[in-house]
This record gives sequence, structure tokens and C-alpha cells, in this order.
Amino acid sequence: MRSEFLKKVSVLVAAGAMAACGGGDSGGGDPGGDAGGGEAPAAAQVDPATVGTISGTINFAGDSPAPTAIDMSAEADCAAGYGPDGPMSNNVIAANGRLANVFVHLTGVSGGPAPSGSVQLDQENCRYMPHVLGVQVGQNIEITNSDDLLHNINASPTENRGFNISQPRAGITSNQSFPLAEVMVPVRCDVHGWMQAYIGVVDHPYFGVSGPDGSFTIPNVPAGTYTAEAWHEAYGAMSGSVTVTAGGTATLSFDYSSDMAGAHVPLGEPLVIRHGEHGIEVHRGAQD
Amino acid sequence: MRSGTLLKTIATFLLVGAAGLVAQENENGRVLYDRWCAECHGAEGLGDGSAAASMLPRPRTFSQARYQVRTTGSGQLPTDDDLMHVLNVGLPGTTMPGWPNLSDQQKRDVIEYIKSFSRFFAAGPAPEPLDFGSDPGGGPEALAAGAQAYLTLECEACHGAAGRGNGTSAPTLEDWRGFPIRAADLTEAWALNGGSSVNDIHTRVLTGLDGTPMPAAIDAMNSGVVSPDEVWQLAHYVASMGPRERPRLREVVRVERASEGLPQDGSDEAWGDIEAFFFPLAGQVIEVPRNFAPTVDGIWVEGVHDGSEMAFRVQWNDPSRSPDSEWDEWQAKILATMDLDGFEAPALDSTGAVTVRWPDAIRLQFPFEVPDGAERPYFLGGTTRQPVYLWTWSSNDGVGEGRGRGYGSVEPLPGELQGTAEWQDGRWTLYLRRPIAAGADGLTFSEGVPIPVAFSAWDGSSGETDKRAGVSSWYYVLLEQEPSNAVVVTPLIAILLTGAFGLVLVRRAQGRARA
Repeated sequence: MRSEFLKKVSVLVAAGAMAACGGGDSGGGDPGGDAGGGEAPAAAQVDPATVGTISGTINFAGDSPAPTAIDMSAEADCAAGYGPDGPMSNNVIAANGRLANVFVHLTGVSGGPAPSGSVQLDQENCRYMPHVLGVQVGQNIEITNSDDLLHNINASPTENRGFNISQPRAGITSNQSFPLAEVMVPVRCDVHGWMQAYIGVVDHPYFGVSGPDGSFTIPNVPAGTYTAEAWHEAYGAMSGSVTVTAGGTATLSFDYSSDMAGAHVPLGEPLVIRHGEHGIEVHRGAQD
Repeated sequence: MRSGTLLKTIATFLLVGAAGLVAQENENGRVLYDRWCAECHGAEGLGDGSAAASMLPRPRTFSQARYQVRTTGSGQLPTDDDLMHVLNVGLPGTTMPGWPNLSDQQKRDVIEYIKSFSRFFAAGPAPEPLDFGSDPGGGPEALAAGAQAYLTLECEACHGAAGRGNGTSAPTLEDWRGFPIRAADLTEAWALNGGSSVNDIHTRVLTGLDGTPMPAAIDAMNSGVVSPDEVWQLAHYVASMGPRERPRLREVVRVERASEGLPQDGSDEAWGDIEAFFFPLAGQVIEVPRNFAPTVDGIWVEGVHDGSEMAFRVQWNDPSRSPDSEWDEWQAKILATMDLDGFEAPALDSTGAVTVRWPDAIRLQFPFEVPDGAERPYFLGGTTRQPVYLWTWSSNDGVGEGRGRGYGSVEPLPGELQGTAEWQDGRWTLYLRRPIAAGADGLTFSEGVPIPVAFSAWDGSSGETDKRAGVSSWYYVLLEQEPSNAVVVTPLIAILLTGAFGLVLVRRAQGRARA
């Protein structure tokens, strides 16, 4: 009885943490907002007296890039799911001085085993929902197809093994996970060249994804000073520092700008084993 | 946190140490690899050898251990047997040959060395093949069910309705490194890199081809969209889409004498009774700019005559009906990533769009005179002293006749050659017709005498123009005589001898060009 009770309590705490995190993403709650980390995981047991919250903002200076129309004429069923403006890309969303789809995670921290809940990645009207998501090492990613047509989900990580699975009908589900941390794992649909998603894999629950209003929330962070890294597919990566106090809310902001378009965007860091003249050396770095 | 980092560091040391041990023990593998593999795959297994940029698809990057031909699940490592199979037979349709010159032990050494480029082999458990079940068998009903599965799994999105690699998504396909890659032409099963048997195809459908857009259909099967039997039937259907083996090369197009009238166009049912002859094309690699990866790898030729006129039907597979703006992205990627050997690709405009779209084209080449014996003009477009007589066709300009004095030089000639072409489902059908007797300039064909012919083809959407072509060596057309064909026996022997000689010459020239 006692152990069952404890289990229930810990589940409730975990559920509460998830709800809190979902609340953090609620800024991105409108249907056009595609950013978000899904059900962001939380450590199994959290003592509220030792943790705080990171409340962050991704600023964007300069001219916002114009929304990009997608030519979906080849898939009328998908195109029909959009309003009079037609299908628009959800990849790069910058408006009102804020930038969406930025993956933020703490570095140099580890956070216990992956939660049992799955992170969702959906394919809806020939776009990935969400476009950027975070997941813990070993955590299940439930990939579903809401479109009644062929998608393939082609993940090309470099630290982890990839996969490339077809889902030719609505309702098919594939379950995948990554055993190693990797920021980010690119995912694409080769049938629809415009479909791209990015999965940030970290070995702790301290991450978030900015919504259309540029905000993100990372709850239940143990008190301490951390380095946080931000990643965006078009404007690159940057890092910052944040100090979390128990019971407090720390603010963290990253300043992106239109000048950073075309920046180097790190994608994983493949470990290359080189066979040099003097035996083997390990070389880290982009290989292509 | 610190202890985590420390653990990682220790683990890395252990890993590298173990790999170092393997490498020391595998000096044989290294020597063989450096000698035979590094030119394409790169000294460090990064798929970036000196010849890599002239290849489509690109050579494998061993450091990532993404292998196309496996018996293991999507994203899994291949088994040693999988790798041994590829070393034994190569990857058809690519530049990867089989290695019969290596002993089994040497191949095992190479495999160990290749595996040492990637940390994945050392890190994980030994990969296990999937359970592929058993083939319920072929037959007409199985083929019909397989055709349905082809639709259900939407194979046509990339491979096209007829399987010629011309699906809607084909122009945008790229491999995991961003290099352009073709959807396989399923009607040329002999060029499927994983093999042409029903078993091979079934395995590829369920495992996918890692590193390429070809996904694994295993989740679709496990969720009941198609049954395990239907996946086997799909494999039977795909294997039935074209000849399993590369068509036998027969040197001579026998131009039959028509019993009643010539076919009126390329779709005339009369062609059904006429034998088709297959001729392989290879990249033009003699003159700069060379083309190492031509789109068109072979053409089919049929001919018939009635004593005063002759008609030919020439067919070849080309997934793009050039010029076609749908293939702009493909063309731009080809020109940006392939070794163009000095070909100056036209610049893109400010929006990144292509500014030039080339047509598809084909050329039939003859001498101006029926040769006396084995002497023929230079096979690659003739020379100033010994020009060639050309039948030309392009999707922009239709048919014409010309005089060639070297490859790339065509002086138009007036003539009576007529022709029409139609592109359907990834295949061009060109109908040609001309009086047997030429006008002022051109070749008058003679019945019963073998007449040299050579072929060239261009796929405009892959940036093929001018010398960037697919070419053949000399072959022959032979207009059948009315009563008896006993007269042709001696010339046929001569043909076979000179044909073999020509082939050796071309191979040598190609070998030199590559070296």
C-alpha cells in the first residue's frame, strides 16, 4: 500500500511538472503557432524547495523575414487544410521583435532517467507539428501521420543512428528514441521536400522551445548557475548564463538579429575516427 | 555533473584505445583499403575520395556507417554478411564494383578496417537480420495484389506510375549529405543496387536504403496497411516491371523487311512484331568536359524497311521531360555538386533559379559511305578528315540531319529524315523515317550490308549538353534483304571481331581517362 501511495504521489508531481511546462508553452497556443516541446519531460521527483523556473525570451532585431509560401499543388488534400493565403512554412517565424522555434537547453547538467511519457511528432497537412521539439535521451518519440497520404520520416543524426520509415496512411504510428544527446537531429520528409523538423536530444529535462511570442519556460531547475545554449535553424547557436534560485523565477534572454541569417548552424558533432600515421586520433568537428 | 564528464572522457579513451588495437591488428585491411577503396571513399572513410565528385550516387561515408544494402532494420548497422555480399557483387547501377580479385580473407580484413572508421560498430551489439518471413509465391494474382500494394504504399511518389524513377518527388530527392540522388528506375532491375531478385527487392522494401530517401515500410506493414504477403507480392510486381537481367548486347540492329507497310508513328501496333535491340551508353569520358554519370544508360532500337523507305523506333528512359522547370532544383544541385570537368555552368539568377534549361536530345551517327571492310570514322563524332553523318533530335528542335567533324560539331544538312517524339511515364519514344536512298548529302543505306551506327543521348535537366553526353561505341544496322540472308554470314563474323576490338579500345580509353 505504502509503495503504491508513493508511486501515485510521484506521478502526480510529474504530471504537475508537465502541466507547468505546458503552461510555459501556452504562449504558443494558437493553431498557427507550431513551436513547442510537446509534453516536456520533468524529473521524476522534484523537491519544490530546491528548484526554480527559467522564464525566457528570444528577441529578434532587424527586419523579420517574410513568411514563405509552400507550393503544395502536388498534394491538394494538404493544401486544402489552409486558409485563403494558402500553405505557409512554419520553419522560420519572427514577428514583433521575437523569434519562434528556438531550442534552448542547459549544458553541463544531467537529469536522471527519461520520463515514461512520449513526446509527440505529428504530420498534419504536410507539415511537421511541432517543427522543433525537445526530447530526453532514451525517451520515446511517438511519430504519427494525420494525413491520409504517404510521408516518410527520415532522421539523419550524426551522434545517434538514424531511421527512415514510411507512413503511407493516416493513423500509422512509429516509435523511436535516441540513446545519445545530440543538438539537433534533422528530420525530413523526402516525398515533400519542404517538410523539415528538428529534434533536440538532451540527457536532462531542462530545455524549452520558443513559441511565436518568443517565450519559453524551463521549470523545476535545481538552484545553481548554468550555461544555456540556444539553437535556431537559420540564425545559428549562441550561449548565455543564468542563475536559478530556489522558488524563484530567473529570466534569460537571447538576442538574435536578421544580420545572423546564413550563420553557421551546428548539427550534431560527429566523432570522426581518423587513421593517422601515428595510430588513431579523435577528431571532433563538422565533416561535410 | 563533473563526474559525468569524467565518465564520458574515460569511455572515450577506452573506445579509442579499443579501436587502436583493432587498427594495429588490421594492417592488411588498411593496405587493401588504401589501394582499392580510398580513391572513391577517401583515406579516412569520409566518402570524399578524389573521384567521389564525379559519381552519382556518391560513395559511402564509412564514419557514419549508414549502409543502403542491409538485412537489418532501418538505421541499424549492417551485418558482416551484408558487407561481404556488397564486396562480392558490388552495387549494380553505381560505380561500386564487386571484388572477385580479393580473397575471402582479404575481404574480411577490408570489412574490419571499414568498420573501424565508425564508432558505431564498436559501441553496439552485433546487428541481427530481420525476420523476413517466407515468400507466398508469384503468379498473376500475386502480381495484381503487388500492383495494388505499389499504389497503397505510394511507391509512385518517387518511382513513378511505370516505375521509371519519374515520380512527383523525384526532382527534389537528395541523400543524407544533401547530394542529389535518383529514385531507382525499377524497370531496369539489373541496375538496382541491392539486387534484382524478389528476395532482394522484398528486403529493400522492409529495411529501406539508409542514407537515401528510400524508407523502410516495416511500420506500414506492422500497422496493417499492407500484409506481409502483400509486401512479398509487391516484390514480385516490382521484379516484373522490366527484364531482370541486363539485356544481351547483340551488336547488330536487324532491320526487318516489312511484309505490309511501315509503322506510321511511334505507337503503331506494328512495332509489337519487330525485335528491339538494346545498346548500353556510357559517359563521354574521352574529351573534356567529361561526363562520368550520364542519365541515359541505354537505348532500345527497332527498325523496319520496305525496300524504298525505312522506319526506326528509338526508346530510352529519362525521368525528366526536359526542359521542365520542375527539375530546376535538380539541375542546379547537379551543376553545383558534381565534378563538371571544366564545363562552365551558367550562373543562377539572384533568386537562385536556373537561367538555362537544356533540352533532351539524341543522336544517331553513321559514316557518309558504307565502309569497305572494318574501317569507320572516329567513333566520337568523327574527324575533319573523316566526318560522320548524323540524325539529330532534340526536344526543342525536333529531328534533323547533320555532318559532324568532331564531337560537339554539327553542321546541319538538308535531308528527308522525318520524325516525331513523345515522352510518357519517364520514357522517350522517337519515331524516325527516311528514304533508303539519300539526297545530295547523306548516306544511302544498302540492303544486306552492315552499316556502322553509334548513339549519343543527353538529359537536359541534368545539365547534359554538348560533350556532357552518354555515348556508345560503333554498332551496326543491317537492312534485311528480300530472298535470303546467306550473304550476311561473312560480314557478321567481321562485325563480331571488330565489335570486340572496338569495345576493348573504348574500355582502355575510359580506363585512361579515369586514371
